[in-house]
Amino acid sequence: MATKKFMYLNRKASYGTVYAIESLEVVLIAAAFEQDVSLAFIDDGVYQIVEGQNTDGIGMKNFSKTFHALGDYDINKLYVSAESLEERGLTADDLMPLVYEDEDDDWEEKPSVKVVSNAELSKIMSDQDVCLSF
Amino acid sequence: MKFSIQINEGPYQHQASDSAYQFAKAAIAAGHEIFRVFFYHDGVNNASRFTVPPQDDRNVVNQWAELDIKNADGEPELVVCVAAALRRGMLDESEASKNGVEGNNIHPAFRISGLGQLIEAGIQSDRLVVFGD
Amino acid sequence: MLHTVNKSSFERNSLQSCLNTIDDSSVILLIEDGVISAANNANSSMLADLATQGRVYALQGDVDARGISSKIADNIKLVDYAGFVDLVVEHGTAVSWV
Repeated sequence: MATKKFMYLNRKASYGTVYAIESLEVVLIAAAFEQDVSLAFIDDGVYQIVEGQNTDGIGMKNFSKTFHALGDYDINKLYVSAESLEERGLTADDLMPLVYEDEDDDWEEKPSVKVVSNAELSKIMSDQDVCLSF
Repeated sequence: MKFSIQINEGPYQHQASDSAYQFAKAAIAAGHEIFRVFFYHDGVNNASRFTVPPQDDRNVVNQWAELDIKNADGEPELVVCVAAALRRGMLDESEASKNGVEGNNIHPAFRISGLGQLIEAGIQSDRLVVFGD
Repeated sequence: MLHTVNKSSFERNSLQSCLNTIDDSSVILLIEDGVISAANNANSSMLADLATQGRVYALQGDVDARGISSKIADNIKLVDYAGFVDLVVEHGTAVSWV
């Protein structure tokens, strides 16, 4: 099977709309296809992986912990726009500590989340074969 | 070229389905192949066989059906995501019976299938275009 | 790459986000409400540079539908759906800014 570079573009926060949870569902299914997967969190999409989400008060399922499973499925390129974080008064420390085990480096645990500038994101995007927006 | 299309919104509420339809029609007219049209999120509502729009306006569901997008085995390639469909009450006969629901509402020009079909469309097509909100 | 933007720059930041990440050779196609950004208005400066480079397109049908055919900013190229298809063929990966 051909390997393509798939990017999942997330620009909306969780809960206000369905896009965040349903895009994560695509990503989890995509893991079985062994493609080169990246996730981009831009604009309010950065809120999808903010640490400490508690949905008890709104009666909706808190699916944020599912992001922790991505590392086990070899999905370890989660790019977060530095500018989007800054505009929103957030830093890398506000994000969930998502990790994966690098099989090429003695299974060392490494961060999956990479905060990148829009300029770097531009290069990453240009490299993609397929971009799915939600 | 082989195109696939992803549609994230339902008929009438957003222009997404209309834009996608016009795009698909133009692609076919130019001699391209539509590998698959995948309906996700509220896009699954484009497959309802119960739609009764006003007579003087376009019938979005029928427009898609009339494009007759099928694969070499004659199966529809207007594909509705099963997970998104179930949570929104869009069921075909098989899902209805599996889930103990009386009645079904998927138009026969569409088929229900899993999210893997979207990924496969991305892999197999030369181009994939997303229409959403 | 072909970047499509379907929301007005007065409604959403989609166009701005697209401009923040577009590279030096990709093009933008405005569709649906996105064509509002193709008109001469307070946000015209957002696209002026790219338009001068011939990298901004707008979907004719959406422009006409919104009654702004006579107000389109300089250098923005109008295409029909066949032209939209050609842009996708020519520019490779399509990114939708919704």
